[in-house]
Amino acid sequence: MSVEIELSIYVFILAGFLGLELVQRVSPLLHTPLMSLTNAVSAISVVGAILITGEGGASMLSKILGSVAVMFATINIVSGFLITDRMLKMFKKEGKK
Amino acid sequence: MAESFWQFAYLIAAVLIILSIKWLNSPATARRGVQAGQVGMLFAVIGTLLRHEIVSYEWIAGGLVLGSLIGAPLAYLMPMTALPQLTALSHAFGAFAAALVGTAEYYHKTPTGFVMGALVIETLLGYLTATASVMAFGKLQEIVPTRPMTYKGQNFVNLLLFAFAIVLAGWVIEGSAPAWAFPAFSGLSLLFGVLLILPIGGGDMPTVIALLNSYAGMAAAAMGFALNNKLLIIAGALNAASGFILSVIMCKAMNRSFTNVLFGAFGQVQQASASAASAKPVRSASAEDAASILAGSRKVIIVPGYGMAVAQAQHKIRELTDMLVKRGVDVQFAIHPVAGRMPGHMNVLLAEADISYERLKEMEEINSDFGEADVALVVGANDVVNPAARHDTASPIYGMPILDVDKAHTVMVIKRSMNPGFAGIDNELYYSDRTLMLFGDAKQFVSEIVKELPKAA
Repeated sequence: MSVEIELSIYVFILAGFLGLELVQRVSPLLHTPLMSLTNAVSAISVVGAILITGEGGASMLSKILGSVAVMFATINIVSGFLITDRMLKMFKKEGKK
Repeated sequence: MAESFWQFAYLIAAVLIILSIKWLNSPATARRGVQAGQVGMLFAVIGTLLRHEIVSYEWIAGGLVLGSLIGAPLAYLMPMTALPQLTALSHAFGAFAAALVGTAEYYHKTPTGFVMGALVIETLLGYLTATASVMAFGKLQEIVPTRPMTYKGQNFVNLLLFAFAIVLAGWVIEGSAPAWAFPAFSGLSLLFGVLLILPIGGGDMPTVIALLNSYAGMAAAAMGFALNNKLLIIAGALNAASGFILSVIMCKAMNRSFTNVLFGAFGQVQQASASAASAKPVRSASAEDAASILAGSRKVIIVPGYGMAVAQAQHKIRELTDMLVKRGVDVQFAIHPVAGRMPGHMNVLLAEADISYERLKEMEEINSDFGEADVALVVGANDVVNPAARHDTASPIYGMPILDVDKAHTVMVIKRSMNPGFAGIDNELYYSDRTLMLFGDAKQFVSEIVKELPKAA
C-alpha cells in the first residue's frame, strides 16, 4: 500500500469520526436544515467534475460527461444552500420578527 | 506559490465545511454555518479552477452557469411544504454528477488496482443514489404509489442482481473485463436504486432520505480516493457520517433495524385488523365543543403529524396558539422524531408559520408533561401516538417510543376519517373515553375552532 493511499485512509477515518461527533450535537430541531446542508456539501464532487472536464487532453466524451456533471453538481450546491438558508430564516424566537 | 494556491484553497474549504456543520448545532449560529459552507464551496471551486491541469474553461463555465440558472429557481419556486421532495431531487442531481465523473474517469484513464476499486464504488453509489433519490422524489410527490410495492421472491431477485454486479465489479477491477462489463455494471447500479425504494413506504422516508444522504457522501469520498483528493475525502466522510447518524436516530425512533426498514416493506395494508376495528364506538365532537374545552384549559400540548403538512394547517394552528396564549393558556408542541416525511420536518413547518422554536419540544423532554396537560390536541399524527406500541406485543409497532398523549386529561384528535394510518394499524387511542374525535380536514377544523374560540367563555 502506497503512502498516499495510507494517508487518505487515515484522513477518511478521522473525518468520519469528526462527523459523528459533530452531527450528534445538532439539535433535532435543526435536522432538516442539517440534511439539506449536507446535501449541498455532498456535491463537493463538483471538484472532480471540473478536473475531468477541463484537464489537458480531455476527450470529447470526458468533456460532455464532465460538463453535465458540473451542471448537475452545481444544481445540487446552489439549490441545497439556498433551501437551507430559506429554512433557517424561518426559525425565530418569540417576539423577534 | 501560484502553483500551490489550490492546496491552500482546499485546506480553507475543508475547515469551513467542518465549521459549517459545527455551527449548525444551534439556531443562533445556524445561518453562519450556511455561510461558512457556501464560502467553503466557493474556495473549493475557485481553487480547482486555478489548478494548472485545467487548460480549457468553456465547458466548465457552461456547466456552472446552467447549473446555477436551474438550481436557484428550484430552491425559490418550490413551496416550503415540498421540502422533502426538493431535497430528494436536489440530491439526485449531486449523486448523478458523482457517477458521471466516475464514468468519465473510467473511459479516460482506465486505472487499475486500488484506484479502480474506488472508482467502481463511486460509480455504484452515485448511480444507485441518483435513481433511488428520483424514486423517493416520486413517492413523496405521490407520482409513484407511496405504499410499498412487493412481490414474491423480491429480496432473492435483488440479491441475485447484486451478486452479478459484484462479479462484474471484480472483473472490471481485475482489468481483463470486456467492453460491455462497465456499462452493464452502471446499468445494474441504476436499476438497484429503483429496486431499493420500491418496497419502502412513505412513512419510512425520513430514514431512507438520510441513508441516501450518507451514500452520496460515500460516493464523494470514494471519488476522493480515486483522484487522491483529501478535500473530497473529508467532505464525503463528514457527509456519510451525518446521513448515517440521522438514519440511526430515525430507526431508533421507530424501534426498528436497518434491515427491517430496507427490506421489511412496512406499511402494507392490513385489511383484517382494520375492518374488524371499525365497529367499536367513538366519541366525536364539534368545533364549538372543542373551542370551549380549549378555552377552559391551562395547559395544551399540540401533537402535529404528517396530516398537518398535507392539510397545510400550520398557519391556522399558529392563529390558534396565539389566541390561547393571549388567554393565558400554556401551549407547547410535542414533536416525535419521525413525524412527517423527513428528519425534523414538523419543526420546519411550524417555524414557517412563525411559531417560536422555544415552544417545540422533543419527545423525551415533553413526555412527562402529558400527565399535567388538560388537552392533548393531535393534528394529523397517528402511529406515533398509538398506545399499543407500549403494551400490545402483537402490534407491528410494539416497542416504538411514542408520545404519551393518552395521559392527558382530554385527548382531541383531528382526523379526516377512521381510516388507519400509514402503518395500517388501528389506533386504540380513538376508542378511549378520554378521547374526542374531531372529524374533518385539519386546516378547516382548526380555523373553525379559531372562529368559535372568542365566543367561548
